[in-house]
Amino acid sequence: MLRQRPFIVEALTAAGLIAAPFILPYLGFTPTTVNRILVWGVFGIGFDILFGFTGLLSFGQSAFFGIGGMVAAYLLTIANFPYVMAALVIGMIAAGIVGYLVGLIALRRTGIYFAMITVAIAEVFFFVEFNPLSAYTGGENGLPGVPTPQLYLGFATIRFDSDSLLYVFLAFWYFVGLVIALRIVRSPVGAVLRAIRDNPVRAAAVGHNIHGYKLTAFVVAAAYAGFAGGLLGVMQGFMPPDAFMFDTSGQLVMQTAIGGAGTLFGPLVGATVWLYLSDFLQTTLDLGATWKLVLGVIFVLLVCFLRRGLIGGIEDLYGLATSSRKKAEPVKDASMVGVTAEEEEKDTATRQPAIAAMPARHRETDRKTGLILQAKGLTKHYGGLAANTDIDFALSHGELRGIIGPNGAGKTTFFKMLTCEVPPTSGQIILEGRNIAGMTVTDVCQLGLTKSYQINQLFNRLTVRQNLTVAALAALRGKFRLDLFKSLKRVPGLDEQVEHTLKLVDLVERADTPVSDLAYGEKRRLEIGLALATSPSLLLLDEPLAGMSPRERVETVRLLKSIARDRTMMIIDHDMDSLFELVERVTVLQEGRVLVEGTPDEIKGNSKVQEAYLGGVHGVLAAE
Amino acid sequence: MINWANFISQCFNGLVLGALLALVSSGLTIIYGMLGVLNLAHGAMFMLGGYAGWLTYSYTDSFIAAVLAGAIFVMIVGVLVERVIIRHFYNRPHEDQLLVTFGLGIVFVETVRFFFGSLSKTVPPPSLLVGITPLGFMFYPTYRLALLGIVAVALLALYVVLYRTRIGMIVRAGIEDSLMVDSLGIDVYKVFMLVFGIGAMAAGFAGIVNAPVVSIAPDVGEAILVQTFVVVVIGGVGSFPGAILGGLIAGEIISITSMFNPGYSYVMLFIAMTLVLVLRPYGLLGTAGRE
Repeated sequence: MLRQRPFIVEALTAAGLIAAPFILPYLGFTPTTVNRILVWGVFGIGFDILFGFTGLLSFGQSAFFGIGGMVAAYLLTIANFPYVMAALVIGMIAAGIVGYLVGLIALRRTGIYFAMITVAIAEVFFFVEFNPLSAYTGGENGLPGVPTPQLYLGFATIRFDSDSLLYVFLAFWYFVGLVIALRIVRSPVGAVLRAIRDNPVRAAAVGHNIHGYKLTAFVVAAAYAGFAGGLLGVMQGFMPPDAFMFDTSGQLVMQTAIGGAGTLFGPLVGATVWLYLSDFLQTTLDLGATWKLVLGVIFVLLVCFLRRGLIGGIEDLYGLATSSRKKAEPVKDASMVGVTAEEEEKDTATRQPAIAAMPARHRETDRKTGLILQAKGLTKHYGGLAANTDIDFALSHGELRGIIGPNGAGKTTFFKMLTCEVPPTSGQIILEGRNIAGMTVTDVCQLGLTKSYQINQLFNRLTVRQNLTVAALAALRGKFRLDLFKSLKRVPGLDEQVEHTLKLVDLVERADTPVSDLAYGEKRRLEIGLALATSPSLLLLDEPLAGMSPRERVETVRLLKSIARDRTMMIIDHDMDSLFELVERVTVLQEGRVLVEGTPDEIKGNSKVQEAYLGGVHGVLAAE
Repeated sequence: MINWANFISQCFNGLVLGALLALVSSGLTIIYGMLGVLNLAHGAMFMLGGYAGWLTYSYTDSFIAAVLAGAIFVMIVGVLVERVIIRHFYNRPHEDQLLVTFGLGIVFVETVRFFFGSLSKTVPPPSLLVGITPLGFMFYPTYRLALLGIVAVALLALYVVLYRTRIGMIVRAGIEDSLMVDSLGIDVYKVFMLVFGIGAMAAGFAGIVNAPVVSIAPDVGEAILVQTFVVVVIGGVGSFPGAILGGLIAGEIISITSMFNPGYSYVMLFIAMTLVLVLRPYGLLGTAGRE
């Protein structure tokens, strides 16, 4: 995407909108078709924010399209309300409010449930519009006589009553809609929405209230739909009842998928293809009703073979054309480049001390003493299986604690309970004097406790920098803030925190690489970086060394040491040598209980621990 | 004033509709449970069953042949669709699966429209089941009464296949964990194909046995699909008993509300769905876990 140069997308769009009426007629577009494309384009911008950016596929957008259109049309016809623009805005607000209420219900679930619920809700509005409310909506006749908009210039009045003048009117509003959407997409909220699309679980775990952001996207989409519905009535001079039909939602979804979701322009491109083909097939080829069959087949083929739609396809082609250049770029990855271990060590040794670990949020002033975390009688049962039983545990400020135990000892469950990913069956978790048991993982992260995952939980379609940005935003903005129009660049402290974390986890050279292109060791470091970018005062690391090569381990241990200088940490790992070198105290779990606790040396010599790991063999050996 | 005779007959209608929805929904729900794919073409499969049956009937004049043709034809369509298209979507995002099945639904509907037009078609009930039956307290159309039995038998058959046979055990194990079933040396793809076929057949069978009650048209499946979604949300995705319970609840809600004002039947359905979502987010008989 063209993100570097400011306003280039806006400028190109404006140029395109100005040029379109002069070019498109030669390609066989009628003026009405061009205007309809714009209405679908506005409708689609909102939908793309919901589907392409947030990953929520709604099949119920017709409800908001219809509500916005009907409210505006009702005001302008039956209620004799004189101001066209005001009516459109009221329609948009009405759609937004209904969107908020519907979102509260539909967003209780995700995935296919969400899709099914939106379909069902849209169908309700269709029936309500046709029957109980037919006095207001005209029932199956719709509302004819919607007036054309006017613009008072003081000395003269422009009536947008011809197709070409309507084009000016619609193109203007499309442009406004697009500019607003671009701001939203480039705002902190936009970054969070993409994170939710890629990995909702992690987005919540780094401290974002994902439900609130999803609801925001839903309302934004509903508002765009409502405004587009109003435009439809104004354009046709008639508000058709079939705006409410399931077909409307379906057509929107298909146009967006054809054009390419997640681009904002996808729906416009899709609408252009769709409406052009439907005109062409019906009038030029005289296929009658068969046009929809042809379009249906084209759509299925596109979904099968061109996953990212036409715009995505063009981007991929462009990528192929320029890929030779990309491949020539040197790949900076310690495990792949032929640097000797010694050189590399020297390299990191000279670099690392320069980076002071980022201060944790809640301890800017004096180093606190006493307990940061305490667990009392922590128990977790899964049905009949006891994962953790009656764990009492205490951790002091500034401590670096290791957790070990054989597989199945309940280490990960213990961490999950501490970060409130799973609720304990019983027991208390006290973080800096506050019982956090029963809180959400988001709130706990906002209090300064987070963890890195045993299995990478990254935002796979985003770059390294974007990944860290998402995590840092949670620390800097709190769990929910509606700074929809603020540029990411104007979030105070964001750049510093992201750059700092990049340096700390040694991914500066890979900052603009998508996660899917990273090597495994790099992904592991980013996993830690995500947790780190939330500026935790207590950081839990679940097997940070798992799957790493020996040299990567050495580096990571060094990284962990430097992180630990400024915060309290707990680490689970099976690599005893590394862990014993790293931590001050070790807690051993076995079969869901605390077996023993002590310094690394005490643990090494403890016969109970040896027995736990060797399953009694040690005792037998000693007896012989 | 409530007319009690009318009320009881509407309750019966609700039962018939509910049983039908239960059958269509159980097809949808076992496909989703096993394959993780929500088949948005399920309504179109219902419609295809109706048309295949109607076409057979117009050549053979045999209702039984029509029912067999409807069920088997849609089963073959289901198997083919799974083999040729759906199989390539298991590893793609849910959204892509929704898009492709939605597109397939449109292709089916428009293909039928292309060959047979938009006008509705009727299949008369078999001569044995024409007319009305006195039930003592009211008269009720014989075929609808029989339909209740037919659908109940079909559901029972589905139950027996799912819960009393080896293949059903594999399917249920697959609903729990298809990877594990694969690891046990069972060719899970063959089972997937079969499950998609059975699920589609349930819709196709429902489509043809319902044809004597409601005439068929290319878009007859759309309303059924939406109602099926509500049923599945109420009953719990992936749950066969949930589909039956949800179907009966939805059928009764639609029928009884229609007695007062048909315009509100969807509103009531929606309220019921919302209540379930608030009180039991995973459906009445569903379990947490799968999204």
